[in-house]
Amino acid sequence: MYSEKVMEHFANPRNVGMIPDADGVGLEGNPVCGDLMKIYIKVKDNHIEDIKFQTFGCGAAVATSSMVTEMVKGKTLTEARTVTNKAVAEALGGLPPIKMHCSNLAADALHKAIDDYEGKGAKKSRESLYKEATSPDTGVRGGREAPPPAH
Amino acid sequence: MMNRRPIYLDHAATSPLHPKALEAMLPYFTEKFGNPSSVYTIAQEARKALDEAHDKVASLLGARPTEIIFTSGGTESDNAAIKGVALAGRDWGDHIVTTNIEHHAVLHTCNFLEKQGFRVTYLPVDGDGLVTPAQVAAAVTEKTLLVSVMLANNEIGTIEPVAEIARAVKEKSPRTSVHTDAVQGLGALPVDVNRLGVDLLSLSSHKFRGPKGSGILYLRRGTPFTPQQSGGTQERNRRAGTENVAGIVGTAVAMELAVTEREKSAPRLAALRDRLIAGIEGSLEGVRLNGHRTQRLPNNVNFCFEFVEGESILLNLDFLGIAASSGSACTSASLEPSHVLLAIGVPVETAHGSVRFSLGPENTPEDMDYVVKALPGIIQRLRAMSPLAHQPR
Repeated sequence: MYSEKVMEHFANPRNVGMIPDADGVGLEGNPVCGDLMKIYIKVKDNHIEDIKFQTFGCGAAVATSSMVTEMVKGKTLTEARTVTNKAVAEALGGLPPIKMHCSNLAADALHKAIDDYEGKGAKKSRESLYKEATSPDTGVRGGREAPPPAH
Repeated sequence: MMNRRPIYLDHAATSPLHPKALEAMLPYFTEKFGNPSSVYTIAQEARKALDEAHDKVASLLGARPTEIIFTSGGTESDNAAIKGVALAGRDWGDHIVTTNIEHHAVLHTCNFLEKQGFRVTYLPVDGDGLVTPAQVAAAVTEKTLLVSVMLANNEIGTIEPVAEIARAVKEKSPRTSVHTDAVQGLGALPVDVNRLGVDLLSLSSHKFRGPKGSGILYLRRGTPFTPQQSGGTQERNRRAGTENVAGIVGTAVAMELAVTEREKSAPRLAALRDRLIAGIEGSLEGVRLNGHRTQRLPNNVNFCFEFVEGESILLNLDFLGIAASSGSACTSASLEPSHVLLAIGVPVETAHGSVRFSLGPENTPEDMDYVVKALPGIIQRLRAMSPLAHQPR
């Protein structure tokens, strides 16, 4: 039912675990459907310096999670963004058709982790912009009346 | 802990053909190949085998030979029974009563009949998977054509009180027919149509070491019945199509062995079952035995393992040579976990982590110990990988 590559990744998954001080975390799937994937990334100089995953799910869910971590480790965020669920499945030598929808979400989880990182980054820059904007030195508007930054 | 013979623990899915059944079948593929409906000698050998199989199966079930219909398996028997009774009673009734833990061969047939205008009551079961006679009788009305309650559940092994149900139904509505899917029961429980008091009963040969593609429908004399297949007069006009003679011969042989060995094999299997249950409960936290603890098939063990998914467990068991099955969605063609586990109140994410071990005659106490030794490592490894195990509940 599964390709050799899927079974190999399932039997020896790469990068299992969590990163407690991750820069981004992405969660995809639903335990009610039987598949839940969580991807942690550590980002340095716009590259994925470290990546780990935790997955509740079937053989395909574990193998796609493992494969996506292997595919993007050390890559730039832009490169990592181009990795699709389909590409992950292809790298594994294909998945049974029934697994393509429910268990092939690892790239989505990765993209959510990158979103999380960039969201945090964007928030930081908004905060710094706000600080700049409200500092007495640049003083565009009165600091105390200024609204809090949009989340 | 590898390098030993494979351990097959999926006898509820299918079982290996008994060598004696195979031996009995072989001539009917070759020299005794004749069509039982033909008149010449070579065909009469097949006819004789067919008649003897009817006699044998009937006597094992406490039935008459003319009440036995050979089919292609449990699914056909369930379809024929339910549609056959429903369509035959259209002039006086439109209602069927069943449970929500039946096999899909029953449930999907009932769904189909609903689309044809019949009404179906799907009775809920309790946390052990039991339905009570009072519950069933209360659902029966003067329009109820058929009650269908399984003898024992294929996933969780719970044994339903079919004899008491049949009695309660007949007391309230004598013309209502009672069907039981006894596919998992034969060889494990006494199956006597008069003690059970049923009008129809389904069996599948490959569950009791007969051949695949063969089954039995018991149809009590006088039960209104519309055949589902047209085209020939076989099986007394109740199942058209040239008989699967070799399959029928193998069915009768395997059934006789299963029934006569039951008094010895059932207690032996129950001891193995209890050894496996105790071993798993003693070695792992976060496990849940599904199904009734005592009112249970002697060969069924079904557990949920929290925070892990069933197919992943099965693949890991397979690495160690252990064959089992799961009620996880991932092992079926749907996205839903087992309807049986949901019906007994198992939370949906937990239902994905179910494993069924169904035992057979070749299993040993050492096999059970091997599984008990193998499981904790597998479950712990998968839990270490699971995001659910790290979330507060």
